[in-house]
Amino acid sequence: MFNRILALFIVSLTFFSTSTYAATPTEPLWPTLKIAYFGDKEIREGANDLLVIEAPKRAEDAAIVPISVKSLVAQTADKYIKNIHIVVDNNPEPYSANFHLSPELGLIDISTRMRVDQYTFVRAIAEMNDGSLHMVSRFVKASGGCSAPAGKDAAAALARLGKMQIRMRKPTVGKPVQAQVIVSHPNYNGLQFDQKSRLYIDAHYVKNIEINYNDKPLISVDTGISVSEDPSIRFTFTPSEAGSITANVTDSEGQKFTHSKNI
Amino acid sequence: MNKLFLSIVGLCSLLALSSSYACNDYSIKEVTSGIYYHQGIHEDANEDNYGAIANVGFIIGERCVAVIDSGGSYLEGTYLRQAIKNKTDLPVCYVINTHTHPDHIFGNAAFKGDSPTFIGHEKLPAAISSREAFFAKTFKEVLGKAYRGTEFILPSKTVSLNQPITLDLGNRKLTLTAYSTSHTDHDLTVFDQQTKTLWTGDLLFMGRIPVMDGSINGWIKTMADMQKMELNFLVPGHGEASSDKWQQGLAKQLHYFTLIRDEIRVIIEDLGTIDQASKQVGIPEQNSWELFDRYHRRNVTASFVQLEWE
Repeated sequence: MFNRILALFIVSLTFFSTSTYAATPTEPLWPTLKIAYFGDKEIREGANDLLVIEAPKRAEDAAIVPISVKSLVAQTADKYIKNIHIVVDNNPEPYSANFHLSPELGLIDISTRMRVDQYTFVRAIAEMNDGSLHMVSRFVKASGGCSAPAGKDAAAALARLGKMQIRMRKPTVGKPVQAQVIVSHPNYNGLQFDQKSRLYIDAHYVKNIEINYNDKPLISVDTGISVSEDPSIRFTFTPSEAGSITANVTDSEGQKFTHSKNI
Repeated sequence: MNKLFLSIVGLCSLLALSSSYACNDYSIKEVTSGIYYHQGIHEDANEDNYGAIANVGFIIGERCVAVIDSGGSYLEGTYLRQAIKNKTDLPVCYVINTHTHPDHIFGNAAFKGDSPTFIGHEKLPAAISSREAFFAKTFKEVLGKAYRGTEFILPSKTVSLNQPITLDLGNRKLTLTAYSTSHTDHDLTVFDQQTKTLWTGDLLFMGRIPVMDGSINGWIKTMADMQKMELNFLVPGHGEASSDKWQQGLAKQLHYFTLIRDEIRVIIEDLGTIDQASKQVGIPEQNSWELFDRYHRRNVTASFVQLEWE
């Protein structure tokens, strides 16, 4: 899904590039992006009865903008949010993440961190199990100043590449608990130019993070170059018994990293 | 008012470019014998202030002149070049960039006519290339006309960690030292041996809130080391140069980062979020710094994601 969307986007990138790279976009990109990513499917806008998206009003640090999405209606086996797509309109690659969600998650409460280097809408589009699409959005202002989407210490990020953490408060059976998966990765976006070689540094980024609870999938996220260095996924789930959480990470060079935590 | 100011700037730039008249707006102060700086204003860069928000300046030897940070725009670079000409006819032989931030390096192209050696930290070239596209697109808009002529110039000589180099300006020796990741991952300081003056770049902010674009832990360690230095004068990256105020400034900056680090660690330990931290951390500091609202949350955000890996 993600790759198809990515390929579609790259094909159409040339059409957008002028406005995509302008510091303050004048033309709204969404109508074009909507067709590129969702075709002629109808998207219900302002779906505030179903979803809440939170993002800071201003990207304090262009490299790290926390974005969270919560559902207001609990997942049930009959009716649940199957996917949440995150689109950051004015990023070099707007289609930023696709969360595949289990019906067993209860209320959805997920967050991640994105690169946002200019004024933009950030959108969360919920895809229900019946295929219907529901969208909420937030406007985020650029940070300005010397904040750049590039990492602060590339050497340090590379040195701990693949190191992972699964963090959570002490879980109780039957009660929702917050957890976080972080993987250390420079997430090179392929847009950095090396003046010496006159070439772009190859993109090298985390493509997928799969989070399982007792071998059953809870969340699987397809991620792209909009995701910050050291990708972080926060989520809430309700443990039904003792067991373990496992996170499997795959990056764009096919490297795999895995980490487990007993609960 | 704005129009009037703009026209003064416009006139200044014309004079600076076309003749030997000084630009009256662009003030230069003497730190000590042969060391001059322009003190940047505590604002964000914009077209009106032409990016002149950082301390930039020069040191005059018997043979030639070293420029330390070149300005926040090509326009400021031309003012600085003119200010040097007003003090001496000696050539500019070195342009030293303390790090890659726009307010420190955007004036580089104004010195191309001198064919100087551009010098920076060994990681400066990588830092410039990874930010160049973003800075160019952002600052074209931020600086407007003042951006015209700005170029990204890579250093032709670099300084490696643990291997300080010495430059001789003619009976005047400068020691250039490269730091491990602190304010950025490529900070460089300049020490004038004759007058024991340290030019810190943005390792020290005075008055204006410091911005962390490197490593909070690394910078705290560097600040502790700097406190032990014996100096007669210090020129910070922002704020007033002095012989007697910098120790207090350094202690204040160290206190700020130590405080936010302690508070962020507690929030991380409790599985708190960046959003929570940026609302709760460092509140007692809010009246102690200019532009606090502009950069404090950013410092908390950037520090948070680093302290998660301790």
